[in-house]
Amino acid sequence: MVDLAFLLVTFFMLTTKFAPEEPVAVDMPSSISEIKLPEVNILTITISTDGIVFFNMDGKYNRQELLGKIGAKYGIPFDDTDKEKFSLLPSFGIPIQGMKQFLAMSPDERKTVNQTGIPTDSLNNQLADWVVFARTTNPGLRIAIKGDRESNYPIVEKVINTLIDNRVTRFNLITNMEKGPIKL
Amino acid sequence: MSEVSQQGGGGKKDGKVRSKKSSTRIDMTPMVDLAFLLLTFFMLTTTFNKPQTMEITMPDKPKPDDVVPEVNERKVLTLVLGENDKVYWYKGITDPKIEVSNFSADGIRKVLLTQNAQTKDMIVLIKALEKSKYKNMVDILDEMNITSMKRYAIVKVTDVDKDLVKESNL
Repeated sequence: MVDLAFLLVTFFMLTTKFAPEEPVAVDMPSSISEIKLPEVNILTITISTDGIVFFNMDGKYNRQELLGKIGAKYGIPFDDTDKEKFSLLPSFGIPIQGMKQFLAMSPDERKTVNQTGIPTDSLNNQLADWVVFARTTNPGLRIAIKGDRESNYPIVEKVINTLIDNRVTRFNLITNMEKGPIKL
Repeated sequence: MSEVSQQGGGGKKDGKVRSKKSSTRIDMTPMVDLAFLLLTFFMLTTTFNKPQTMEITMPDKPKPDDVVPEVNERKVLTLVLGENDKVYWYKGITDPKIEVSNFSADGIRKVLLTQNAQTKDMIVLIKALEKSKYKNMVDILDEMNITSMKRYAIVKVTDVDKDLVKESNL
């Protein structure tokens, strides 16, 4: 029995992948869709209940490259330590102007920061830049929108329109599983 | 439970009285406790279910010189997502009769199925009012999959729709 217990412990230890820490808890809507989300090459746009937009992308080196490109566009020089920190960041919702300051903080301090979200207004659409540069960095990227059930539709629409404007016409909506009705 | 035991002392049989050495048994209980604790911890923290996704493909932005395809307005079913999980729906475009429904199995799904049976090549337009929630949009897209609608599109809500909903008082 002890052998078995240890076997199971080892099994769970090796298979466990800790859920990455998210700045906000998102309660996803449910759907009957059974397509699984791929594990790599994912760009996640999280939309919280109060309409704050967060951005996340996987791939350490892609992220470092992405920050360099974004910095070049907005004229903010990010050095290698910034990039290193950025590559380990969970989802963030910080305008690019505050990014350097945000990266300088310790992980505990970052949790206390009130993240205002990535601007998605038509005048200052930083989300569009993030998406465009992310796609040039990693062309095989799939875009997933993780919205909260209770978030208002207009903000989701804004995000979707941003994607369409940048010629991303195929994307995924992350949902929970729900049992579909029995097919008649 | 298994235990490690050793015979204490040597095998001397010379009759000398020796203090009896206690056998070195290892008590495994704490280790097993720990093992089970870890087991429980990992079992509870593991997330096996990978998130599901719904894949949607939106049309490209129309180019200025694109020809807009003409459709028969009688084939168009418009769904307007309102607040408090209401769905308004109407058929056709000129002088429509607006009705209200909800997301239950007897609600909009029935409407979609009956309308689809009556109309050949029905086109569903989904419009979301400002007060609607993201959940409503996902639910309605889900209904499209459940009722296997072939042609549907997410369209921007127009003032006409807003007025219709307001006037209907449903």
